[in-house]
Amino acid sequence: MNPRRAQSLRRLVMKRRLDMVNLHELYDVLVIGGGNAALCAALTARQAGASVLVLEHAPRDFRGGNSRHTRNLRAMHLQPTATLTESYSESDYWKDLLGVTGGKTDENLARITIRATSEILPWMEAQGARFQPSLSGTLNLSRTNAFFLGGGKALMNAYYLTAERLGIKVLYDTEVKSIRLVDATVQDVLATSEGSPVTVRAKAIVVASGGFQANIEWLREYWGDAADNFVIRGTPYAKGVLLRNLLDQGVASIGDPKQCHAVAIDARSPKFDGGIVTRLDCIPFSIVVDHEAKRFYDEGEDIWPKRYAIWGRLVAMRPKQIAYAVMDAKSEKLFMPSVYPSVRGDSVAELAGKLGLNAAALEKTVREYNAAVRPGTFNGGLLDDCRTEGIDPPKSHWARALEAAPFIGYPLRPGITFTYLGVKVDENARVLMSDGRPCTNLFAAGEIMAGNILGEGYMAGIGMAIGSVFGRIAGRETAKFARN
Amino acid sequence: MVICNACRYCEGFCSVFPAMELRRSFTSGDLSYLANLCHDCRGCYYACQYAPPHEFAMNVPQTLARLRKETYAEYVWPRQFAGAFERSGTFISFVTSLGIALVVLLVVGFHSPGVIFARHLEPRAFYAVIPEPLMVGVSATTLGFAVIALAMGFRNFWRDTGGGPVAQARSLTKAVSDVLTLRNLGGGGDGCNNRDEAFSQSRRYAHHAMFYGFLLCFASTCTAAFYEHVLGRVSPYPLLSLPVLLGTFGGVGMLVGTAGLIWVKVESDPAPAAKAMLKNDYALLTQLFLAAATGLLLLVLRDSSLMAILLAIHLGVILSFFLTLPYSKFVHGIYRSAALLRNAAERPAKES
Repeated sequence: MNPRRAQSLRRLVMKRRLDMVNLHELYDVLVIGGGNAALCAALTARQAGASVLVLEHAPRDFRGGNSRHTRNLRAMHLQPTATLTESYSESDYWKDLLGVTGGKTDENLARITIRATSEILPWMEAQGARFQPSLSGTLNLSRTNAFFLGGGKALMNAYYLTAERLGIKVLYDTEVKSIRLVDATVQDVLATSEGSPVTVRAKAIVVASGGFQANIEWLREYWGDAADNFVIRGTPYAKGVLLRNLLDQGVASIGDPKQCHAVAIDARSPKFDGGIVTRLDCIPFSIVVDHEAKRFYDEGEDIWPKRYAIWGRLVAMRPKQIAYAVMDAKSEKLFMPSVYPSVRGDSVAELAGKLGLNAAALEKTVREYNAAVRPGTFNGGLLDDCRTEGIDPPKSHWARALEAAPFIGYPLRPGITFTYLGVKVDENARVLMSDGRPCTNLFAAGEIMAGNILGEGYMAGIGMAIGSVFGRIAGRETAKFARN
Repeated sequence: MVICNACRYCEGFCSVFPAMELRRSFTSGDLSYLANLCHDCRGCYYACQYAPPHEFAMNVPQTLARLRKETYAEYVWPRQFAGAFERSGTFISFVTSLGIALVVLLVVGFHSPGVIFARHLEPRAFYAVIPEPLMVGVSATTLGFAVIALAMGFRNFWRDTGGGPVAQARSLTKAVSDVLTLRNLGGGGDGCNNRDEAFSQSRRYAHHAMFYGFLLCFASTCTAAFYEHVLGRVSPYPLLSLPVLLGTFGGVGMLVGTAGLIWVKVESDPAPAAKAMLKNDYALLTQLFLAAATGLLLLVLRDSSLMAILLAIHLGVILSFFLTLPYSKFVHGIYRSAALLRNAAERPAKES
């Protein structure tokens, strides 16, 4: 678009927006945030008859929070559906959740979420969501996860279109700085809309503004200087401003501030918003070394979907928060290509040089590893019998000697998806104060409260499940509250 | 492309993305194939988390449209005409004006004003204006050349994108159905994105109107020829005869379709469009619109004294259409069909 046309268009949009949104009006429901949970709350409240205002920090082009990078939702179902195979019962779902969280979950809230996912897909479709059979190259999720056609941004586009059609008011570029709580009741919220301060009032408020993963300063409180080397995979707008604001006002917190969903991603990724294309699925077929070219964890411990989400933390805890996956030519075609080219060398020493590692040290590590590899029948699709013996740490599966040139490497950094520290809620998504008292008119949904259910670990599509279910609950409850 | 292959969120949209995933690296032939497989519905642009202003600035529809335009020049036969796609507007309007001027001048030059502005109600009235052998001879020659040039273009495309046998019955059926239904236009079934994130079927319907209208007009010409030369029926044919009915419906379809497509393009979001391709689009659409409009006008006024001049104008447009056929956006039909044919062959059999 030529700049002049873009400008005139923007002016037109702004004019229309000023015509439409009256910030002095008392809305029934104010939704803070613009991602999946926020839109689910807004749509549900609007359909229950409430007037709804959505304040989204990001500009329109980057609306949707982390949801714009997502692609599926884990859904319970008792029969095969158009996009889900077999069945996935409440107890299977619960068992999986219990497994990844190691019991750090609230069973009541978790089961509410699980049960609600069995009815969520038709509701989503009614809001314009479209689904597709599971993607190729994903981790065999066709039984448990429903995939959005075109991904999360397409889903958000559908939700925003429906919101517009239903008369939900949306203000972009509007950051809510604080929520004024008096006696566990929200009086008003202070925001900055396109640079100007505004005060907004509503009968009930849903806070769905995400975690604090994009706030490096805050991450430093728990991780120290290591935080400077974290890559934030999603939205740069999740700074946790309201999370801190609420916790400072005596709202009950939930979750370990150091817990987060973190995966090992390509170290060459952009600092923010790199999304899915920076991921690397090569670890089970590689050895992973730190900056001293030493191995530090069993790369073949379990099938990759079950280990995918531990490697972010593993790399984060290494000195300098960097690691390198190293493999040989045999493994090159075994995983999805990442967006960055592999680093290649005709010898281990040459590769070490290109990766910036000490050549002798990497050669020694490879030599020791190769000597420990036991013969076996390689099978990348299941827990095979290719393993090492007499080496620490071991590689329990898919262990094959590194011998065929070219040798290939990828640099790895911890990529933070979202943090788990949040506000405590009850089963109606109502925010709880530290003294156990529920807030009268403040509700929460999405990443800001996901820690209630996900205290640790991760499984694909659970974030979107929690966001959708609690977004819907918050929408229902706020509309009910506003009516009375 | 590397970004697409690492992301794959769009693979449910259309055939381009699964075809991309079959390749880890791309030759220029692969790119030609993918570019021509793309129907430009823009679904992937609005769904893309990496679209501008993201720093990756992914714009798949625009990139493929630019590439597509380059492939038109690359595969054109004879090569000397490669430049036609650079300045399509100028080229097509120049040839069209020239075509109209030439036929009108010839008609005016060879007939007295009395003949030109007389009402021709006699049998075979058109041939009183332009002798039949001339009309048939010129159209057969120009169209014949166009067909050869298009076939050469097809051959160049096919060879460059991997060669191999052209048709197996199964893939041919699939490809024909893809062409006729525009299955890939607006993956997911809700149509294209024109102005913004909302989906619309208007482009599909407009293209259908134009495409089937065009086929009806072609059928009209064929049946008329059949009536004339095989059945020995003498033209002009009554309004309710098969050739006139086919031509009327076809002409209206083309008018509506071309006007609709022009409108869709005018009001579309320019961000995912390629300017260079748009010029080609507008040039062909305008030419087809003119062909349909002059044809219909000729039908309506065929008993009036304007018939001769309208016939000359209409045939001038048709002449220029035939002449520019292999050097206008029309070629997209050839390469798109070829790409769909290749795609049908490489798609797994279990898919529909």
